[in-house]
This record gives sequence, C-alpha cells and structure tokens, in this order.
Amino acid sequence: MDVSVEKKIQMLGTMIVSRKFSDALRKLCKIKDKIPGMMIVADGQEAVGSGVCAALEPEDAIITNHRSHNHLLAKGADPKALMAEIFGKKTGCNKGKSGTLHLAVPEINAPCTTTVVGATLPIAVGRAFAQQYRKEPQVTVCFFGDGAADEGSFHESLNLAALWQLPLIFVCENNLYAGGQRYEEHTRVTDMADRAGGYGMPGIIVDGNDAPAVYNAALEARQRAVSGNGPTLIECKTYRWGGHSETDPHEYQPRDEIKAWQEKCPIRRLSEALSDQGAVTAAHMAQMMSQAEEVVEEAVRFAEQSPYPAPREALEDVYA
Amino acid sequence: MQKLGMGQAVNQALREEMHRDPGVFIAGEGVGVSIHVNPMLPTHGLLEEFGPGRVKDTPVSEAVIAGLAVGAAEAGLRPVVEIMFNPFFTLASDMIVNHAAKLRYLSGGKSTFPLVVRIKSGAGFGAGCQHSHNLEAWVAHCPGLKVVMPATPTDAKGLLKTAIRDDNPVIFIEHMGSYFAPPMPVPEEEYLIPLGRADIKRKGRDLTVVTWSGMLGAAMGAAETLSREGIDIEIVDLRTLTPLDTETILASVEKTGRLIVMHEATRTGGFAGEIAAVVLEQGFKYLKAPLRRVTGPDIPVPVSPPLERFYIPNADDLIVAVRELLP
Repeated sequence: MDVSVEKKIQMLGTMIVSRKFSDALRKLCKIKDKIPGMMIVADGQEAVGSGVCAALEPEDAIITNHRSHNHLLAKGADPKALMAEIFGKKTGCNKGKSGTLHLAVPEINAPCTTTVVGATLPIAVGRAFAQQYRKEPQVTVCFFGDGAADEGSFHESLNLAALWQLPLIFVCENNLYAGGQRYEEHTRVTDMADRAGGYGMPGIIVDGNDAPAVYNAALEARQRAVSGNGPTLIECKTYRWGGHSETDPHEYQPRDEIKAWQEKCPIRRLSEALSDQGAVTAAHMAQMMSQAEEVVEEAVRFAEQSPYPAPREALEDVYA
Repeated sequence: MQKLGMGQAVNQALREEMHRDPGVFIAGEGVGVSIHVNPMLPTHGLLEEFGPGRVKDTPVSEAVIAGLAVGAAEAGLRPVVEIMFNPFFTLASDMIVNHAAKLRYLSGGKSTFPLVVRIKSGAGFGAGCQHSHNLEAWVAHCPGLKVVMPATPTDAKGLLKTAIRDDNPVIFIEHMGSYFAPPMPVPEEEYLIPLGRADIKRKGRDLTVVTWSGMLGAAMGAAETLSREGIDIEIVDLRTLTPLDTETILASVEKTGRLIVMHEATRTGGFAGEIAAVVLEQGFKYLKAPLRRVTGPDIPVPVSPPLERFYIPNADDLIVAVRELLP
C-alpha cells in the first residue's frame, strides 16, 4: 500500500528525534556519574519503532524491552520525562525508580519496559487479553529481539495468543545479534518469522530499515487483530550498529558488516526517498534536524537542572 | 450456618466477587474443565456459571498464565489465576517476582497490579516433592507482593475476597489438606477479612505458638492435649505473612513469655526465622526461655507414607517442643 507523504514525514521526524536522543545519550553516558547504569541504544533500528507506532492508535498499547527508547519516543513519550528518568531525577517519568532500562510510561499506553529478555511476551498477552475481554477495538504490540525468541516465554505466549486469537502484534526486532552472539549462533532457523507457522499465526518478514514497509506490515497486522483474526508475528530484519551496550567493545561484529549496514541507514533511506519524490527539500530536512536537536537539548537541560529524589523516596511506590 | 470445606469457601468467594465485579476473571490449568470433578475443589462449577469468557482454561503454560495476570491487571482487570501446585511456581516465577512485584515500583507508582495468584500447596498426598513443596518464604521475601495463607474455610472466604479487591499482587496459598478436612461453619453473608492481621485461634497464658495454613490443626490438637495437663497454649494464626502482623505476635509473646513457630515448610530459610528475628529484635525482654521452631526437616518431601509422615510436623512434635520450653 502506498504510504502518504504526511505519514512518511511523521515517521522520519520520529526517527530523527530518536537518533538525536541516542546521539546525546552515547555522549552523556561516558561522563562519570552523569547517568546511572548500563546504556543501551538502538542506532540504525529506528524504522522499527517509528514504523510500527505510526500504525497505532493512541489507545493501543506497547510492551517493550531493554532497547526501548526508539519505541517509546515513537509512541509519543515526553523526551524530557524520559531523559530525566534516564538521569535518575525526581522529575523523570518514574521518579528515578526505573532509569534508562525500565522506562514505564502508562499515560501513553506504554506501561512496561522490561529488561528480562523474553518477558515482554507474556505481559503483552495479558494486555491484549484485557482488550479482547472488554471488546475494545484496540491492539497490543509486543517488541522483542531475536534473542528473546529463544526464551520459553516466546513459545508459551505465541501459543496462547494464537489459541485465543488475541489482538496482539509480536514484533521481533531482529538486529542480528543477541548479546555477543550472532544470529546464526543462536538458532538454526533462517527467518524467525517461520516460527509463526508452528503456532498457527501469520509470520511476516519485513525490511526493518524501511519505515514505510514496517508501517504497512503493522497496519495490516493491526487490522487483522482488531477484526478478531488474531495475532501476527512480524520479523523486522535490521542491524545493531553498536555493541549490546555502550561499554561493549563489540569486536565480534565485523567492521565492514557494520559499515555495510550503516549504508542502509533507515533515516537516510526515507529522507532520500522523500527527496526523490520531491516531498521534502534540503531546507526542510535541515529544519527537521535542528528541531530534533532542540527537543533533545531541551530534554537534557531539563534533566540536568532537575533535582535528584530524596533518599527516603526509595521507600515509596512499592505498594498501592 | 452453612458448613464448607476450604475449597468450597474459596469457590464461594470467587463466585461472589465475579458477580460483584465484571472485571474479575479466573484462569489456569483445569480451572474450568478439570481432571478432578469434585465439589470440594475451589473452581468447581464456575465454568458452568460464568462461561468460558471469564473462566479461562489455559494450556499447560505457567509463565504465560502469570503474565496474563500481570498484563490484564495493568489494564485494569482483576485476574485470579491459579498455579496448580506450589512447586510449579518456579515456572511462573519470573512474571511474579520480576514483574507483578516490581512493575508498580518501576512505574513510580503510576500503575497498579490488582491480581491474585492462587497456589495449591501442602504435603500429605503422596504426590512427592515436585507437587508438594511449601515455598511461601520465597514469595514473602519479595517486596511488592502480599502473601496470604488461610488455615480455615471462614478465613479463606473473607481473605480471598479482600485479596481480589486489593490493588496489589497477592499470592494466596491454599493448603490442599484443608479442601478435604471436615467442613466447618462459614457465614453465608458477605464479609471481608483485612490482610495483615493475625487471628488468635486459641487464647492461652503459658506459651505462644505462631503458625499458619495446614499446621493450625496440629497446633490446636497439641493445645487440646496439653490443656488436660493444665498447660495453656495461645495459638496465633498468622493468616497473612506479608504484611506481617508483628503487633499481635509481640503482644502474645509479652503475655506468655515463650514462643514456638510451627510451619510445614522446611527449616533453613523458612519464615519461622523471620518471626524469630522480629521477636528477638523487638520482644527479647519478654522471653523467659529460648524460642523454638517446629518445621519440616531440610529434605524434599518424600513419597512413601512413613517417610512423608516423618516429614510433616505434627502435634507430638509440637508437644515435645513445648515441654522443652516450660519449666
């Protein structure tokens, strides 16, 4: 299906903000005592979050994993609240309880980022079940990596979601690496999407660096889900430009492989397509870049100027 | 007054809450169509009454049963899911320990997880250690969870109704022996029992026994025997492990000056250790004698009847411990 120029520009804008957000984090995390914990980013994978979330309605939910920033920004999370949380500040979206790896933004229906690999799947089943139970015309998207598809929870969740025909979209963001393991080192299956057939649901392979293609696949899966025809597994084939985290020297990734994938940058790809179409000019692109930079700079400023929580605030929010 | 077994009392609580709140649903292995058709069991007849939309038989998939509860609770439903036997908790544990217990905290208090995980527990069935293993201390060790272990049908009904209405994840552990114990009078009208409040099941002056779940019967039996010798035992039925009713425990120990904690679970790392620590920290001055634990030994629950009987603490074990502590 032809994707409208307006939609493409929306996705491009989201991807640019995501990249700038990551650019900032990659620098900031190297400054001592600036950001607590392990920094995990997803440069080069922006088309997955932006393509999928562009196909969603605000009431649709996403459940996401440790590589979540792109997904959350694409779903509409406030960059300032995310950045402050990443800094461990009181003004963060979770008051400093979650940090960069567990960002929870229930107000945009992104209630859970979990770092336990494979744990997004059973929770997404529950979220989608609630939508089915209440007969709401909504879906839940479950993001996970190729590594998570090796967890037992993957099997249980796809089986039950298909059995009950839940309104659920499983998005496998296959970035070719699970930690330090290359894809071929952790599974014998060439395409993760093939596993869908084992559960009785459609498995779709999509170029994960092509935002409009991801958008189309998600839109179709959404339509299937809200029509009562159950879940879809979408495998987005993409690539992790960096290591597992920013402290990973990732020597196991061949440098020419990284370079080849950087040539397939999803942002450049969509901006060139839009430019070829005559839909955006160089000036327009420059404006999008500087706007995104401003958004991220403002977020960093907000985070830096915000106070830390008082130590005893650690005791709050355990029980309702 | 009606007389019910504990399973029937749980069943009544589920029925009442499902009638009251359309957001309450139940899910688990065989909660609808069961391989055990017995009116004494907790989910008997619910499928017929509420239909397959609200009584969800699941595949044999403990992780996703627990995940179903977590995701649905976040969305505002009130799931009551069942883990068929306590040892199978391990298969569901990531969803319960890392998610049900922590996601509210990780959200900075924005999300709530009003779910109940019912777990069938206890030795005494010759089922062996992979069906019988009391793991309450594991879950009591997780901030964010509440752990409820009723010992009587009356308590089970009132506590489960409260657990379902609680906005936190509650682990509700039912001793299977209580399903088939002689039915006891249970109020027919609606009532709620607050979580976190112990109940003194027998008043006494000489020694406090703190216990819960399947051990209450043995403790009451021992108290009855000892009363014939003029020894007067007070029995505190904890009912809720977390939040822990330290006030009732300490008040009882202050009165009697002696403490025994009795549980069916194994000894090392068992919850008796927590109660002992609370009393030593906050009530040391009340103690006239060392405290004692009467627990299962540190072994897996064996199958052969004499071996399994050896495992399960009984009234005689408690009586021996009482005699050691009394002058």
